[in-house]
Amino acid sequence: MLKEKYQAEIDEILSRYPVKRSALLPLLYMAQREEGYVTEAAMQEIAGILKLTPPQVYETATFYTMLNLKPVGKFHLQVCKSLMCALVGSDTVIGWIGAKLGIKPGETTTDKLFTLSIVECLAACGTGPMMQVNDDYYERLTEEKLDRILADLRQTGTSSLKTGPFMWPEPAKPGA
Amino acid sequence: MPKYEPILLKNMLQPGYAGSLADYERAGGYQAVRKVLGKLSPAEVTGIVMKSGLRGRGGAGFPTGVKWGFLPKDYQGPRYLCCNADESEPGTFKDRQLIERDPHQLLEGMLIACYAIGAASSYIYIRGEFVLGAKILETAIKEARAAGYVGKNIFGSNTSIDIWVHRGAGAYICGEETALLESLEGKRGLPRVKPPFPATHGLYNKPTVVNNVETLANLPHIVNRGAEWFASIGSPPKSTGTRVFCVSGHVKQPGNYEVPMGITFRELIYEHAGGMRGDKPLKAFIPGGASAPFLTPDHLDVKLDFESVALAGSMLGSGGVTVMEEGTDMVWAALRLMEFFYHESCGKCSPCREGSSWLVQIMRRIVNKRGRMEDLETLTDLCKNIAGRTVCAFGDAEVSPILSTLKHWRQEYVDLIQAAETANLIRPEPVGTKH
Repeated sequence: MLKEKYQAEIDEILSRYPVKRSALLPLLYMAQREEGYVTEAAMQEIAGILKLTPPQVYETATFYTMLNLKPVGKFHLQVCKSLMCALVGSDTVIGWIGAKLGIKPGETTTDKLFTLSIVECLAACGTGPMMQVNDDYYERLTEEKLDRILADLRQTGTSSLKTGPFMWPEPAKPGA
Repeated sequence: MPKYEPILLKNMLQPGYAGSLADYERAGGYQAVRKVLGKLSPAEVTGIVMKSGLRGRGGAGFPTGVKWGFLPKDYQGPRYLCCNADESEPGTFKDRQLIERDPHQLLEGMLIACYAIGAASSYIYIRGEFVLGAKILETAIKEARAAGYVGKNIFGSNTSIDIWVHRGAGAYICGEETALLESLEGKRGLPRVKPPFPATHGLYNKPTVVNNVETLANLPHIVNRGAEWFASIGSPPKSTGTRVFCVSGHVKQPGNYEVPMGITFRELIYEHAGGMRGDKPLKAFIPGGASAPFLTPDHLDVKLDFESVALAGSMLGSGGVTVMEEGTDMVWAALRLMEFFYHESCGKCSPCREGSSWLVQIMRRIVNKRGRMEDLETLTDLCKNIAGRTVCAFGDAEVSPILSTLKHWRQEYVDLIQAAETANLIRPEPVGTKH
């Protein structure tokens, strides 16, 4: 139950808005953080917290693509296929991932580690091809870089190749 | 040294600048808001912004000061400012950089805007995928709150302004300002019927202003250096100031380039972005995000300002310039964008919801060499029945890739269809109904 575990955080979220329903997306994110996806039980509970009906929560949750209503792998690989990334090779990246992990878009590996999704523009058009893995962006992908990212994710759960605060072209190095 | 003086990117171009409160203040930050609070009336601040000629950087290019001026003068209840950081227009990635590299510049701009419109609460609606950006903003707000710059009685004045970050969850349409407000209210992000406009009936039905990140980031500079200074940059009198243009596609050096409005596409692409990858000829470019009609090499000397691009038959939009080299399949390119719009149609208006699906099916058929000549007429007909017949501008946007590629590269469509005829492949019945 979210309420028992995160009462203080829920109270803080509610304090930001004059109308309770505005806290719906933040609470759905909290539910997803907790279990990896938004369960029906969580939606029922959130409805209770916000004094909404469960269908009001469900209709909102189903509108937004970032809310997973089904379990996904530990690492959710989301590759952008919009035109800007496609011009610089995103379809090739999707092919590499499919071949390396043996999954098609929408599928999860049998060890439940990786889910591959094809998504639309993630606002990294100058640094494509790119993908988002859970919260992190990985840009200017090459096959070698992709191998390293997948190996890092398996071993340590994250990778140093993820993008930090974004700037492109790259800024001058300190002291340069 | 950059050819033009950077304004919005100036701080982050300094070596070692990390965007902290200390960094920002060392660079002269939070002086503009001090000049405003209690020293100028809100109407005077709005007057300065009007005089500067600043226009919205999100896509529509509406004059910012005029937008603020629409708020009811005598209304006594709460008012809201919403910062539109839902940057989702394919080809655009400037707000991400402005947020992640110099968050306090945006916060100071928001404080100035809140003061001018009389808002005590404001929200930054940031696209859900920008997890890092949201974290950076949260940290910056915490720093500013601890310093007394955000919250109650900011800078020791009797003005109180709060700022919160609100994450979206992956819906392009939430960049449309009324859909953004719906989403912020915890609902499905469906655009509202206008009028009434957000200026009178916005967030929670209260007077509200929605401004883009880049628009707000300009405000501290306008206050510090004056409306006349700002109005002298760019392509006065209608397109003043700089824009951060996002160059993507087949260029040597894609990225964000801040230049005064009014330089030519040729200069942006060949000087700033390093020219074409592999020095191939340029075939096509999109001047202002996926919603802007494609342009051709004949348009390279068009100036990057609102009026010139509109005159060339497209729009400056969000400033996302996508460049395509010789050899790019234009029907395929239009299909890719059409698939984006199909995926992102919110489903509220039938012409857009159904039409986007039909357009994708017909385009796929043509690209897969299963098309028929009458498809071209059906495409045009469908597009004309979508544009202008929807609640928001999405309907006009989604038809632009197909209509503009049909206009400039019709022969490529014809060739694909003729290839289908030669191959004599089995072709399915036409999709949708003819009007």
